[in-house]
Amino acid sequence: MITLPEVLSLGTLLFCISVAGIFLNRKNIIILLMCIELMLLSVNINFIAFSYFLGDIHGQVFVFFILTVAAAESAIGLAILVVMFRSRDTINVSELDSMKG
Amino acid sequence: MTQIIFYFFSAILLFSATMVVAIKNPIHAALFLVLSFFSTAAIWLLLNAEFLAIALVLVYVGAVMVLFLFVIMMLDINVATLRQGFARYFPLGIIIAFFMVVAMGLIVSSDYFLSDIYSQGSISTIQSNTKLLGLAIYQDYLYHFEIAGAILLVAIIAAISLCLNKSKITKSTQPDVQVLAKKDDRLRVVKMKSEEKED
Repeated sequence: MITLPEVLSLGTLLFCISVAGIFLNRKNIIILLMCIELMLLSVNINFIAFSYFLGDIHGQVFVFFILTVAAAESAIGLAILVVMFRSRDTINVSELDSMKG
Repeated sequence: MTQIIFYFFSAILLFSATMVVAIKNPIHAALFLVLSFFSTAAIWLLLNAEFLAIALVLVYVGAVMVLFLFVIMMLDINVATLRQGFARYFPLGIIIAFFMVVAMGLIVSSDYFLSDIYSQGSISTIQSNTKLLGLAIYQDYLYHFEIAGAILLVAIIAAISLCLNKSKITKSTQPDVQVLAKKDDRLRVVKMKSEEKED
């Protein structure tokens, strides 16, 4: 029998791994996008765990919407990435400083 | 038995997530991300979320990850320069991840989540999961569902218009220019002296 703290700790560990990944791969924008996907996945695991243990379907509805928004986000992110590579010939985040921010 | 399966897939998930973060080659990272999506789908099946598990495999593994692989293979990436800061930021990343694990672990491991209301494990398995989810989406969340559709439409249009290549090789018409064309733009009346008949 699975208990709630087990599933929640799985989501926690996954979230922390992806946060560490954002810090480690801060040059590579593709890996950054993948880490964001992993973060959303860990949040979805939490939603589904609560939906299961509370016997409430509405958690799964939210996972459905998160999946939609995540798919749209990664599609637009990759499109921006392709346009950026065409104009700058690099995907290195530290070289994207033309706005002097 | 369920617990053993859960731990097995959790181990695969955590291992593949670590490899996504740590591996050098972006293509291998994308393939490990596919593995982590598959093991997550298995865990969701254990938690009675059948529809979302299948949707995760179809949408993510079938579409989003293929898109990722497509982009990675299309771009000519120099991996060595992108890995430069890895060793430098390694301690910082580990420290922050450690503190987040401790902070969230203190919350998760408290007795609150072990209380009786969370231990039922009783989402209805009599009705099918797809039917329950469909009823919830089309009755309670209809407007939200339509907004989600609009978001997908916006994403499609944005992605296409960003990547549309306006090179000179492409032959295309410009309807706005065509509509605005005046008669003078196309037709030139030339005044000429008519020739005299010579005897």
